[in-house]
Amino acid sequence: MANLSYLELLAPYPPGWGGVLLAGAASTLAISFGAYLTGMALGLMGAWGKLKGGRISALLLDGYTTGIRAIPELILIIGLYYAGTDGLNRLLAGLGLPPVEVNGFIAAVAVLGIVQGAYMTEVFRGAILAVPTGQIEAAAAFGMRPSLRFRRVILPAMIPNALPGLANLWMSVTKDSALIAVLGYQELALATRIAAGNTKHYFLFFLAAAAIYLVISLLSTRLFNLLERRARRGQPLPH
Amino acid sequence: MDFSWIAQYAPLLLSGAWQTVALLVISVVCGFTLAIGLALAQVSSPRWLKLLARGYCGFFRGTPLLIQLWLLYYGVGSLLPMVPGLRGSFLWPVLREGFFFAAVSFTLNHAAYQAEILRGALLSVPKGELEAGRAFGMTPALLLRRIWLPRAIRTALPSITGEIVLQLKSTPLAFTVTVMDLYAVAYKVRQDTLLVYEPLLVVTVFYVCLTLILTRVFRHIEHQVPIRR
Repeated sequence: MANLSYLELLAPYPPGWGGVLLAGAASTLAISFGAYLTGMALGLMGAWGKLKGGRISALLLDGYTTGIRAIPELILIIGLYYAGTDGLNRLLAGLGLPPVEVNGFIAAVAVLGIVQGAYMTEVFRGAILAVPTGQIEAAAAFGMRPSLRFRRVILPAMIPNALPGLANLWMSVTKDSALIAVLGYQELALATRIAAGNTKHYFLFFLAAAAIYLVISLLSTRLFNLLERRARRGQPLPH
Repeated sequence: MDFSWIAQYAPLLLSGAWQTVALLVISVVCGFTLAIGLALAQVSSPRWLKLLARGYCGFFRGTPLLIQLWLLYYGVGSLLPMVPGLRGSFLWPVLREGFFFAAVSFTLNHAAYQAEILRGALLSVPKGELEAGRAFGMTPALLLRRIWLPRAIRTALPSITGEIVLQLKSTPLAFTVTVMDLYAVAYKVRQDTLLVYEPLLVVTVFYVCLTLILTRVFRHIEHQVPIRR
């Protein structure tokens, strides 16, 4: 592949590397989305536990959120990855089953999801606390069960409060997913590095990857703005 | 749990900690200086400069730090030897090191995030105070130095601290460009001794302690300023 032009290098089919980059971008989005949903589930449970749980669960959850937020992401990701695969294989060995090779995608989603969950817990806790107590009391006075109250009153009322925080977290998970490259799973950052290493056009490919990330974040900002406008429909405007 | 390796690796751990702290201090000090310029450019400047500063912040906040670091280290790094005369110059030993690229990319990235915080803070300074300064006949530079900037930094101090802690947590990325920082030392220990958790734990404790010290110091600074809330 002696002298390909820049356009030929970025073409989506071989000998261009555009296809590899786009596949990487797709897997970056898939990891981010999976981790985001995992984090959301963990965050909702965490917030519920912190607000309604007993002292022990509140203490444990405090440890979880502070610990995750105080430790560098790279160390967390690598530590959780090794601890997770090691723990799983020990569990399997204990049950008399053969060890398994953990799928890179699932490991990435789980690890980033646990990290996201800690931040989500705080976002949801704040958002739930900002729901006027009167509304929740009114629901209770109507005889709604706690689960129904949560579904019909607390959840819809807190979403507008949580959306700015959720938007920030989505931005940070798309960017944090680049750290998965260190584990050797081929998402956008690692795909770019491979393409760049093979062609020796480092500058071109990293710039292209930066452009893809930028497009993802610009589109997400747009989307979250729309979502927030929709979630706040019917609410009085701030001015 | 086996921590007997610590004595043997103590000098390496210390030099790693030193590299981490050096990266943090360089990126925060240079980044914050750059951020002041960027924030001012966004708040009051000709249109083209405003757009330029906004584009800068958008780019550095919208792409992962890892990509920026690799773009500099592999991309710009591979172009540097083509500059005539640079190879023989006294700068070359510095420009060859991963540390240089890590410091530059962390600085540029940190500046973008701090500029965004400062921009909001600059806009939140009450107009009356600036007008009072102008009525006293202060030049724009004096006004900025005595009133506008100090007031903005005071209001933004909690967010600034948060951003510095985030910067500390990004420094381990430097290990991907051959910097022997604290995390890289832990990585080396893992490869030498085959211990997975112990080196990570030791390093984690260090990062958490540094975070605690940072937040303490900045809380102290915050309390120096009498503010009615």
